[in-house]
Amino acid sequence: MSDYIYLDNAATTPVDPRVFEAMTPFFIQHYGNAASRNHWFGWKADEAVTNAREQIASLVGCSAKEIIFTSGATESNNLAILGAAQMYREKGNHIITCLTEHKAVLDPVHHLETQGFKTTFLKVDKNGMIDLTELEAAITDQTILISLMAVNNEIGVLHPIDEIGRIARKHGVLFHTDATQAAGKIPIDVDKAQIDLLSLSGHKIYGPKGIGALYVRRRNPRVRLSPIVFGGGHERGMRSGTLNVPGIIGLGAACYYCMQEMSQESQRLISLREKLEAGLKENLDYVFLNGHPQKRLPGILNLSFSYVEGESLMMGMENIAVSSGSACTSASLEPSYVLRALGIGPELAHCSIRFSLGRFTTDEEIEKTIEKTTSVVQRLREMSPLYDMAKEGIDISKIQWAETH
Amino acid sequence: MYSDKVIDHYTAPRNVGSFEKEDKDVGTGVVGAPECGDVMKLQLKVENDRIIDAKFKTFGCGSAIASSSLATEWVKGKTIEEAAEITNSEIAEELNLPPVKIHCSVLAEDAIKAAIKDYKQRKQNT
Repeated sequence: MSDYIYLDNAATTPVDPRVFEAMTPFFIQHYGNAASRNHWFGWKADEAVTNAREQIASLVGCSAKEIIFTSGATESNNLAILGAAQMYREKGNHIITCLTEHKAVLDPVHHLETQGFKTTFLKVDKNGMIDLTELEAAITDQTILISLMAVNNEIGVLHPIDEIGRIARKHGVLFHTDATQAAGKIPIDVDKAQIDLLSLSGHKIYGPKGIGALYVRRRNPRVRLSPIVFGGGHERGMRSGTLNVPGIIGLGAACYYCMQEMSQESQRLISLREKLEAGLKENLDYVFLNGHPQKRLPGILNLSFSYVEGESLMMGMENIAVSSGSACTSASLEPSYVLRALGIGPELAHCSIRFSLGRFTTDEEIEKTIEKTTSVVQRLREMSPLYDMAKEGIDISKIQWAETH
Repeated sequence: MYSDKVIDHYTAPRNVGSFEKEDKDVGTGVVGAPECGDVMKLQLKVENDRIIDAKFKTFGCGSAIASSSLATEWVKGKTIEEAAEITNSEIAEELNLPPVKIHCSVLAEDAIKAAIKDYKQRKQNT
């Protein structure tokens, strides 16, 4: 394993050994159902769940009663969007979101379109930022929900959630934020940002997979959601199903350690990310940053290496795990819709690599990554007809390309 | 995810390089488009209707690089008529390409045909 370098922490993270340790008693020893009110096993599980709920609530500045456990951020997003749409249908039928949201937001919103809802997908600028004036202008008397992510998963750009929350509250519209990439990495306070619904996930913050949470505001305003999973009325009736106790303990512990270490860890990650970016730009020409130069998450670096296709680059990086917005990595053969929304041409979107650093990324790994990426990009450019053209001064975008695949 | 043959051609591509485009014995085919994520340039050097050498440069995924590398190997020594008969399915089969990568082999076939066409046109014009 030590030969491998994992720089795909935005996809998922390893479980922190401390988190794993906190979870282990809840598989074999304290296996009770947290809903069993009448015996020790149930009490023991419920006590631990209550503690975890507090830990999660502390991370985002809410009360423990406002945390609903789910199977992950995809379910949290679905519950927030579909649940709010169903509950407030009488009030209005318009939802505002953004082109660069995760599919776990876009797909439920598209689903609602088939149910008669009207939608607005805000555009973003070349850095991936929404325009707040456009947001406010999009609000109508029919608008019931604004769903905008806190941090984009591909490019790491930070949306101005405080301002979005202020606008939403001013117009009496609910504000949901998908904080899957943000929670535990940057400070979030649901009261300060006036967030009504917030999704987060365990496996992006060194907790286990299969557990997530949805914050649902209980006062000013009290937010109600129609459930999407029925059967027993757990979690204030919003999400039925036996609680995943070990997962919940893991999520709680994961939040706890993120909160404890956030400020020093983000400083460390920023310096590693800057080292990676500077090193690659020093060694190679035609390297472009995708995303906002300043307003971005500490751990995400998305770069386009012109004239080198992303998948072939990843193939050459062998034991370094990264991801790409290249079409060839997806079944659809379409390059990343997020990069396209930034106005990045498909020829550059195909050349993009996302490096996402994490808690266990070391300085030595960053050095090896700079070295390996440089040599692979150089090798592939040597065999790239586009690089030849660029060096000859031919503008590739001006060529009439015949073939379309 | 990748077949051994794709990995082999990707790590040790055959015949990477370029010939002088203006050479009357050289045919050049450039197919694909950057916005589609792959561009292949394939060149043939022909003597007495026989391909004596071939070179390629490819921007694309590993399968696209492997398809063009294999194409240069296969065309060498063939007459231009024989080379024109190479099909994408032969390339795809040889490299064990999954369905989603079939277009890479199509591109390689197109590149061979485009290079032959270019060679013939240049011959006619001289």
